[in-house]
Amino acid sequence: MSTGPMSYDKPVPVVDVDSAPYWEGAKQGKLMIQKCRETGRTFLYSRRLAPGAGEAEWIEASGRGEVYSWTVARRPAGAAFKGDTPYVVASITLEEGARILTNIVTDDPDGVHIGQKVAVFFDAVSDDLTIPKFRPVG
Amino acid sequence: MSREPVIVGVADFPIEGGRAAPGTGLLAMQRHVAVEALAQAGLTVKDVDGLAVAGMWGMPGPGAMQPILLTEYLGIEFPKYLDGTNVGGSAFVLHAGHAAEMIRAGVCDTVLILYGSLQRSESSRALGGRPALFSNQFDMVAGLPSPVGAYAMAAHRHFHDYGSSPETLAEIAVSTRSWAALNPAATYRDPLTVEGVFESPMITDPLHLLDCCLVTDGAGAVVMTTAERAKDLKTKPVHVLGHGESATHSNINYMPDMSRLEVAERSSAAAYKMSGRKPADVDLAMLYDSFTITVLLTLEAVGLCGRGEGKDFVKNQRTAPGGEFPLNTNGGGLSYCHPGMYGIFTMIEASRQLWGICGERQAPGPKGGGIKTAICHGTGGVLSSGATVILSTEKD
Repeated sequence: MSTGPMSYDKPVPVVDVDSAPYWEGAKQGKLMIQKCRETGRTFLYSRRLAPGAGEAEWIEASGRGEVYSWTVARRPAGAAFKGDTPYVVASITLEEGARILTNIVTDDPDGVHIGQKVAVFFDAVSDDLTIPKFRPVG
Repeated sequence: MSREPVIVGVADFPIEGGRAAPGTGLLAMQRHVAVEALAQAGLTVKDVDGLAVAGMWGMPGPGAMQPILLTEYLGIEFPKYLDGTNVGGSAFVLHAGHAAEMIRAGVCDTVLILYGSLQRSESSRALGGRPALFSNQFDMVAGLPSPVGAYAMAAHRHFHDYGSSPETLAEIAVSTRSWAALNPAATYRDPLTVEGVFESPMITDPLHLLDCCLVTDGAGAVVMTTAERAKDLKTKPVHVLGHGESATHSNINYMPDMSRLEVAERSSAAAYKMSGRKPADVDLAMLYDSFTITVLLTLEAVGLCGRGEGKDFVKNQRTAPGGEFPLNTNGGGLSYCHPGMYGIFTMIEASRQLWGICGERQAPGPKGGGIKTAICHGTGGVLSSGATVILSTEKD
């Protein structure tokens, strides 16, 4: 993790053999998800085999999707998020079908709604961590 | 020789302002309720040959193997059935199902289901500081308040899909509080209104503070044995007619449909089928209320109303004292107590209602004939696991 004066103090993901391609992809500006070779279904979080044990491949998602559901945190999930309130946490249905749990970064948290179109951007919060987040589009 | 499983004793630990008396020990409080529940039936620890326990205490440390530690602490001699399955707050209802089968099969005769928590006194509720890995690697990084944020997302989705609203949720908080007002053991007993819920601080949209359960200490015990053994005991047996359990996701993002509690649909369907009862036969529902939305989803999932009809089921205080259908008559996790894993209290209250010993809050039952059949449903995690039992004063 970054050790500079601007060190990132929020929770960071544990990058392991299952999750590394996702987080490495994010550093390169790619939203990487997995797809089951048997069912064709896409999924997150990443793991060695698809749920139900089919072989899985990695694909790059378009980064577009819509809000499945959301909440506005008026109280922070720990002290590190205190300066961010109110902030939006949402479950986004990607065009490819998988859902991703993420932040929607917006000046209008009260305007977030189910079905709202959103697109990914990549927030490099430290030298070691880039987090895919979303913004409303259109 | 009837090996039908029955409940013969229950107990909950006294708390004041959400706290056990200063100096109360975590194992001592569990021993207290164990002895009391056994004594209600005329039994002692010597009669126990099965133990089921779950909790968040003593980990890392001796609590990592809770069934063993409590076997030792209580002095249970060579139990024949041990259960430490921890699937969150639903665990004890799931234990009752497991115990029913162990008793029926003749593996053991008398099972003690046990729970204790000092989370309020020890300020140990904080869920932070856990590594962001596996299914939590996204929500912890995004700062989803846990667990309330997960339930908030389910609520928004239910509003969208079925036209329920913050008023629907507030109706549940208010009716539950009205029951708590009649329960001397409840933590919050002051009257509450829908406006009062809306005036409480917004935690994470759309859930206000008073849509959320309490954070208290507490302990509970349930004693199960065979119908045959119960003939010699002090209480009238409460038959465990049916049970079911299931689980889906660990993290809310992976819940198949956030507006539909499928684990409860599955677990209750199994329980109804085994019991020979249907939702229309149920006189009382004790449904895990970690949050108001949990109740709304569960009402629909266990078939007390159709999908999307929960908003009408709870409207105009229909589930309050004096209303058409008694729901969470102890005041629930919302107003009675919530020590972190509340499920055991659904069975404690249902048994007392079935015995008709609830005093001022005793529900009259259909045509005043008493409560004969109750459903208890536990939810664990973030709508992750579900366990149901159907309890009745009558075998057939």
